[in-house]
Amino acid sequence: MATSDMGDIQVAERALQHHFADMEQQRETSSFGMWMFLLTEIMFFGGLFCAYLVYRASYYHAFVEGSQKMNITLGATNTAVLICSSLTMALGVRAAQMGKRKLMVVLLLITIIFGFGFLGIKAVEYHEHWVNHEFPGPNFHFETGDPAHPATDAQHTEIYFSLYWAMTGLHALHMVIGIGLVAWLVIAGLMGAYTPHYYNPVENVGLYWHFVDLVWIYLFPMLYLISKKH
Amino acid sequence: MATAVQIVERENYLNSNYGIKSWLLTTDHKRIAVLYLISITAMFWLGGFFAMMIRLELLTPAGDLVSSDTYNKLFTMHGIIMVFFFLIPSVPAVLGNFLVPLMVGAKDLAFPRVNLLSWYLYMAGAITALTAMVTGGVDTGWTFYTPFSTTYSNTHVIGAAIGIFIAGFSSILTGLNFIVTIHRMRAPGMTWRRLPLFCWSNYAAAVIMVLGTPVIAITLLLVALERAFNIGVFNPQLGGDPLLFQHLFWFYSHPAVYIMILPGMGVISEIVCCFSRKRAFGYEFIALASIAIAVLGFLVWAHHMFVAGISVYAALVFSLLSYLVAIPSAVKVFNWTATMYKGSISYNTPMLYAFGFIGLFTVGGLTGIFLSSLGLDVHVHDTYFVIAHFHYVMVGGMVMAYMAGLHFWWPKITGKMYPEAWAKLSALLVFVGFNTTFFPLFILGYMGSPRRYHAYPPEFQVLNVLSTAGASILAVGYVLPMIYFVWSLRYGADAGPNPWNATGLEWMTSSPPPTHNFDETPVVTWEAYDYEHQPQEEITVGH
Repeated sequence: MATSDMGDIQVAERALQHHFADMEQQRETSSFGMWMFLLTEIMFFGGLFCAYLVYRASYYHAFVEGSQKMNITLGATNTAVLICSSLTMALGVRAAQMGKRKLMVVLLLITIIFGFGFLGIKAVEYHEHWVNHEFPGPNFHFETGDPAHPATDAQHTEIYFSLYWAMTGLHALHMVIGIGLVAWLVIAGLMGAYTPHYYNPVENVGLYWHFVDLVWIYLFPMLYLISKKH
Repeated sequence: MATAVQIVERENYLNSNYGIKSWLLTTDHKRIAVLYLISITAMFWLGGFFAMMIRLELLTPAGDLVSSDTYNKLFTMHGIIMVFFFLIPSVPAVLGNFLVPLMVGAKDLAFPRVNLLSWYLYMAGAITALTAMVTGGVDTGWTFYTPFSTTYSNTHVIGAAIGIFIAGFSSILTGLNFIVTIHRMRAPGMTWRRLPLFCWSNYAAAVIMVLGTPVIAITLLLVALERAFNIGVFNPQLGGDPLLFQHLFWFYSHPAVYIMILPGMGVISEIVCCFSRKRAFGYEFIALASIAIAVLGFLVWAHHMFVAGISVYAALVFSLLSYLVAIPSAVKVFNWTATMYKGSISYNTPMLYAFGFIGLFTVGGLTGIFLSSLGLDVHVHDTYFVIAHFHYVMVGGMVMAYMAGLHFWWPKITGKMYPEAWAKLSALLVFVGFNTTFFPLFILGYMGSPRRYHAYPPEFQVLNVLSTAGASILAVGYVLPMIYFVWSLRYGADAGPNPWNATGLEWMTSSPPPTHNFDETPVVTWEAYDYEHQPQEEITVGH
């Protein structure tokens, strides 16, 4: 026990970068840096959310029409998948903190599987929209179901779909990056990089994963669950 | 034996190792600062070349030197290069990168590898944007207004937008690094109230970089998507709103002018204190004014859109909020002059540039008040008055501050003194050249001469000739430092650790500093700018 503890501390010392005084300063710094980065991410998505709010206020009926084309079952399933992945991610961070290396690797692998599950389901949805010409551009085609707002709504629905593709696409890109990061944690974890004295990469990737999850928690109601009534 | 050791040159960040790899893979904030210095200097000359072409075209009323299409491309490329690839990284990425860790007593920035990444992103963005320019150029103006940029322009908008998008992330990472460094890496005893004002103002600018830049990134991404796929978000034909683009664009691009000016204000605070041998008058007020400018800067963006069709009530509110920015700006100007009051002032080059800054920034700031008043703005909107106004702030303010800072810290960066007499001459030339170039533009704009045309009525020729003549003087003023800075690398006198007898941790280590900045971690027990207790030696070098 004592020897393994010594080994852990040695791993931690190797992980201490030259410009920090001690591990505590390094951990606090890297965690603070991650929070700042997430702040920039909020602003990054914020531009799209702002555009969404403006156009949803202007073209509410078109947005309702567009949202009718969403597959709520698949969307809800994906929401559940992501929430579960956040749970396994959080447990994985805890396992790293407690020094349970194998448990951490298993939990992170499950997180990756959930991540791929989300992207797979999303791909099915994207395919559906694609074959139905619900992709903005010259091939865009939309039959309005509401005779009260025929032509203009079809046109404005294109803006709904533009935002749908841009927002979920950007989110999916973040998921892909997230899966890559967790995979990197798994490899480094197997090589024994993390100990209870040094696990801030795990913690930071965890923060990122939860952030991406949280973006979806907003995207789902905003894009799928707009009022069914007119 | 002991004397033999002393003869050996002290190891510093420049001579610790050699070779191209030791520079391109460095994580030392000082070397990255030098990399930035070289890159943005190249961009400055390129942007300056385009400016010179613009001024030459405007020498005569007829559009005879270049076609109107070429002229559109010239001012667009001048704007894009100068704003995104010179002014925004100038003081933060060069001087800030070099000095923030030294000033807070740290061995490096919080994330050295991220810092290097930011330089590579800058280069990638610059090369992408330059490729777009070389292969045909962009003609939208640096503002990329829709729907012209998304639908009608037949130039390389996507390439330029992606270049700025990439460079934006370089700016975000620099800002993030500064914020985390100033929060977490300060030496023992370096409290917030002892922090040099240069760090305060870079901190304020970093907040804007972190909060604002992602918004321009996503906006330009939407412009690129709109052009590529016609997604309709900014296209009025599909129900999109071009005004939304302007809102999103200025939400970043107005605060961005404070990214440009705030670090410059930090430079001026350092220099005014040093060459007046006094503590900053109202230190807390100068520090908090930086934060106030950063906060207010986010609430004034729509003053660029008074004539674009926003509601009268929105315009009223934005006009009022724009006036408010004058308060913290004036706090700074008054506090600098109060610092000089009864100080023992010496007129070295950095101080001359600082005087220039204070005067020109005041003119630029006050004409900003003209422009934020609704009635007057309708008259002078999109005229040369606006051009003169923001060049007084950006060139008269920021470039002056950058030059001031370069001269002030050149001995620290290189260990060599620049030639003082030549430097004073260059400061004079820049001041005279600048005013001759840009003051006539106030009058031109007030008389109604619109910006962005390559021809103009003959009545306006005298003032335009004056402006072009001034631009030539200005160019000489900028070429001179370029020559004598390089000259000083070889022939300059050795600077010693503290040629200005200045306070601040960066002056307590050798010049150039060792790779780890300090031989041992400094412990701070004194206020910033403690010149009253600094030994009152004469400034030894450069008279």
